[in-house]
Amino acid sequence: MGTVMKWRKSLIVGLVMMMMLSVLAACSGGDDTAKETETPDEKKEAVTGPGTGGSAIGFLFVGAKDDYGYNKAAYLGSEGVEENFPDLKVLRKENVPETAEAERVMEEMIRNGAKVIFPTSYGHLDPALNVAKRYPDVAFFHQGGLKTSENLGTYFGNIWETVYLSGVTAGKMTKSNKLGYIVSFPIPQVLLNINAFTMGAKSVNPDIKVNAVFTGSWCDPGLQASAANSLLDQGVDVLTQHQDCTKTIIETAERRGAMSVGYHADASELAPKGWLTGAIWNWKELYSEMARTAVEGKFVGSKFNASYRIGIEEGAVELAPFGSSVPDDVKALVEEKRLAILDGSLHPFAGPVKDQSGAVKIEDGVKPNVEQLETTDYLVEGVIGNIPK
Amino acid sequence: MIVEILTGAIRAGTSVLFASLGEVVAQRAGVINLGTEGSMLGGAFVAFAVTYQTGSPWIGLLAGGLAGLLFALIHAFLVIQRRANQLAVGLTIIFLAQGLTAFMGQDYVDKQINGLNPIAIPVLSDIPFIGPVFFNHDILTYLVFLLVPLIWWFLFYSKPGVLLRATGEREEVVFSLGKSPTLIRYLAVSFGGLMAGLGGAQLSIAFTHTWVENMTQGRGIIAVALVIFAAWLPTRAMLGAYLFGGAQALQLALQGRGLEVSPFLLFMLPYLLTLVVLFIVERRKVSSMPESLRKVFEGERGGG
Repeated sequence: MGTVMKWRKSLIVGLVMMMMLSVLAACSGGDDTAKETETPDEKKEAVTGPGTGGSAIGFLFVGAKDDYGYNKAAYLGSEGVEENFPDLKVLRKENVPETAEAERVMEEMIRNGAKVIFPTSYGHLDPALNVAKRYPDVAFFHQGGLKTSENLGTYFGNIWETVYLSGVTAGKMTKSNKLGYIVSFPIPQVLLNINAFTMGAKSVNPDIKVNAVFTGSWCDPGLQASAANSLLDQGVDVLTQHQDCTKTIIETAERRGAMSVGYHADASELAPKGWLTGAIWNWKELYSEMARTAVEGKFVGSKFNASYRIGIEEGAVELAPFGSSVPDDVKALVEEKRLAILDGSLHPFAGPVKDQSGAVKIEDGVKPNVEQLETTDYLVEGVIGNIPK
Repeated sequence: MIVEILTGAIRAGTSVLFASLGEVVAQRAGVINLGTEGSMLGGAFVAFAVTYQTGSPWIGLLAGGLAGLLFALIHAFLVIQRRANQLAVGLTIIFLAQGLTAFMGQDYVDKQINGLNPIAIPVLSDIPFIGPVFFNHDILTYLVFLLVPLIWWFLFYSKPGVLLRATGEREEVVFSLGKSPTLIRYLAVSFGGLMAGLGGAQLSIAFTHTWVENMTQGRGIIAVALVIFAAWLPTRAMLGAYLFGGAQALQLALQGRGLEVSPFLLFMLPYLLTLVVLFIVERRKVSSMPESLRKVFEGERGGG
């Protein structure tokens, strides 16, 4: 009898805690989505198609907007949309996991009047495709994916172009000829960036080696600090990374007197002494252009209703401002290479490109296209590190 | 390379060791607190936020410890007073802490703090091999080095320590001595929370100088597991925590040198190695579990 009573007590306590939690979860959802927005009843006759007739535009972020990284870059892009569409409400939700939870968030945005939705993380793609099927009148723009549907297009920037240029900077600045690259998972995007950085550094300094270390996570500051310290202990003097949150690694490098190359967003203020430059996104123009296409009813069949890719030329990827330690001749050299990429005379992956084993991956004289590069499954010569076979 | 791995072990393992030591004391008194993860996370966040607001890592540290203690008090109240299921309450506290800190911590993700930095101890840090490994860390690491023997002495050679262990074994004895097992359990669980909070603080204001939602990433759970595999001994908890840190350092060092092993295998190494070694160490002594913890695992019988 007593045991039963205890069980019931613990059950009740458990349930109360769960209820508190769900209330909390709803609160932390906070931002704008929870607020009521009136859905307009009258649709304008002239404009139809996915994305038209809404009162809001929704943005989903996988992490926090202040991560000095992937999500900050996307958040800045959403601010550009806010400026360019004063009549539409911008709904934002941070820390949206790459699960069915993302579907719930998108449906809530749709109920609040959104007809255009930007799921900005790679893993938001499948949830977005599911929601897109259920709401054919809503236009979706997914960041980084390759799968598309009638009302869902994907886009991404060729950030490896600016990663190459930051590699050139690092190759000129290193004194130990050892560069460290802290990465998340061995996926094509990540491998491509390691390769681009290495190709850039090697183009100006054939002796460099790039030590690549996988952490197996996108944002675990403890592991990042361990990886950074481990690489610095091995004599690396420039650290760069492919992580979602970039602050810990840049600050660790700064505290230990090493140089750092940023990624995703400008974080130069974190490292006044050691910051060199970084490959960063500038989504404002592209986000606005895509939103405009959808709002004006021109989405179906447009270039955005596919897997759209742009690069340095269109300004979606940029080089972050140089740090104070970078001398003028290095800046001039990097600028020269940037212009060469722009006018097409320099292709970072122009063959011959060899992998770690020395096998030729890109033949002499061949300039690979974006599809070939986005399926990269090898590391180039000069990288120390392994990918699962 | 060995110096690098051992140094890395201590860097990565110290926050876990704090939490583990606290949990040794709590479990010795007969309470298992999975909420240690929540206490750690609360400690990490509060220490960071208070350090940022006050500019003092010391005040931040104190606040972080107290935050950990507060989460543990919820556990203590529900488990000791309300007799709720220990494992269920512990898990719930983890989720509570994750939600609360993610919500309150949004504005702190991009903040910079002047946290605690490594201090090389003069003379000692110049000793080859031992110097860099043990004597070039932040002050909390030195503190935890001292706490291991202190807690060991407390548990096995001090009178309150004997009472605490008796509470975990046979609370009737404590009762008959005119002491309150309830009070002793409260104190033990609170101490566990305080230590987990300090461990979280070490992670946020000393090791990484960063706050990010859910940044403890299961380190508190590892700490609880270590206690069980460490047979409730502070010295073995130290071995376990630094083994965990060491495996992490080892996998990073191997990757950095281009060892031909899949990183996915290496990611598992910290968990695998810690389990295997502690399993081997533990095999010889099977029944060192505090008597009243059996109730947690085998169901409540009597117990009163």
